[in-house]
Amino acid sequence: MTSLDSLVSWLRAFAASVEEQKDALTALDSAIGDADHGANMARGMAAVVAALDAQSFDSVGALFKKVGMTLVSTVGGASGPLYGTLFLRFGTSAGEVSELDPQALAKALRAGLEGVVARGRPEAGDKTMFDALSPALDALDAALSSGASLADALTAASRAADAGRDATVPMLARKGRASYLGERSVGHQDPGATSTALLVAAAARTLA
Amino acid sequence: MKKLINDPDSVVAEALRGMALAHPELRVDHENRIVFRGDAPVRGKVGLVSGGGSGHEPMHGGFVGPGMLDAACAGEVFTSPVPDQMVAATQGVDGGAGVLHIVKNYTGDVMNFEMAAELVETEVATVVVDDDVAVQDSLYTAGRRGVGTTVLLEKIVGAAAEQGRPLAEVADLARKVNDRGRSMGMALTSCTVPAAGQPTFDLPEDEMEIGIGIHGEPGRRRVPLAPAREIAEMLVEPVLSDLDFTSAPVICFVNGMGASPLLELYLMYGEVAALLEKAGVRVARSLVGPYITSLDMAGCSVTLLRADDDLLALWDAPVRTPGLRWGA
Repeated sequence: MTSLDSLVSWLRAFAASVEEQKDALTALDSAIGDADHGANMARGMAAVVAALDAQSFDSVGALFKKVGMTLVSTVGGASGPLYGTLFLRFGTSAGEVSELDPQALAKALRAGLEGVVARGRPEAGDKTMFDALSPALDALDAALSSGASLADALTAASRAADAGRDATVPMLARKGRASYLGERSVGHQDPGATSTALLVAAAARTLA
Repeated sequence: MKKLINDPDSVVAEALRGMALAHPELRVDHENRIVFRGDAPVRGKVGLVSGGGSGHEPMHGGFVGPGMLDAACAGEVFTSPVPDQMVAATQGVDGGAGVLHIVKNYTGDVMNFEMAAELVETEVATVVVDDDVAVQDSLYTAGRRGVGTTVLLEKIVGAAAEQGRPLAEVADLARKVNDRGRSMGMALTSCTVPAAGQPTFDLPEDEMEIGIGIHGEPGRRRVPLAPAREIAEMLVEPVLSDLDFTSAPVICFVNGMGASPLLELYLMYGEVAALLEKAGVRVARSLVGPYITSLDMAGCSVTLLRADDDLLALWDAPVRTPGLRWGA
């Protein structure tokens, strides 16, 4: 079972990764976007950490509602509504419980992905965060249904997210500002897929 | 990076502080980073709310005042504002006749305004401005970007709202202006985002970018630097081939990207006007200057708007804002 404390650790670990990779994320965004993904995500996750420091939560639903609203209110750009919606839907799916079994965790992550799809309407191969998150959740589901432990399943998910992130390099962007570049977006790694891979990697380190 | 700043992280907040002091006729909500008309909400008038990333000044905060916007939300540099800001702005300008959101077509701006419209009880209509002909293949992109037409739209629609026209009519007018406006931009240099500290892209001394947006995103193609006459052709030709501008009076707007002096912008206007005359386009009104900028980028954009008598009368109507001011 994944406890509220583990979920808080996941968020803190993601915040630390984003802070550490802030300049790298911004450098990726300079190549095909507007050079602010690292700064925006770091600002948003710092606000999330401040909220985690300031209060405790009695349910997974309440925790992720707070996280989602904090990101929507502090990140701006497209990443704010996308990551915000991901966590809001995660919280709604998890509900008023204090822990999640692996299936409930996978279901909440899937609900988060569906929220991202509803908000941004990405498709596979558009060169977005979807290209890291979707294969990660497919790998998670496949591993869990074949009887793997949560730790192994999350490791497989993280590996799939990294592969998905790397696969964005040759893609032609069809969403967001990178899409304005047409052919010139080819050859660059998508910043959103990169931060999403950090989120899944943080889950693999903290949730098992 | 050499800039007139104290701290890269507080540029927007400090600029708003200065703006409030320079323009006591406006009311600035520093917590939510919103510039309001001093007398907002105006009872019975449709409220106009726009907003976007900072770095495009005078747009949008400099276009707040009688005859133009009622409120403008300022995001971080080149980053959309967040829904909380748009909710506060919408509630603050709601005079009982509904509110129009004027949104430039960027993924983040559209999503954040969409979330805000879902959160308020006020009747909200939305126009998404997408006038940039540099983005060609709309099916495979986020669609055309909102650029120069935004300035003309905010002026024209602002005058219509000031006349007391109802929300549905104001929203239709906004869509009509967007449908009839086209723009194309170019850059001589990159811009430097304060938080990044270095130019967003490298552009050698002897090259320029054609088809840029307003966020330092690289353009469609990079070509050798050319004389102004040829640059004017590269901007005017795609605009004229996208829409017929010959059979109506046209508003011609030559915009500076931030670092190009007015001397060069007027020189460019001369080249653009000559090309338009040759193409049989009748320019009825003009606007020349830095109105929708990209920080310290050097370069310009050309916007043409196919007007009619109503649009010209609304263009000529009084306006009193920090960025545009006439007849009032």
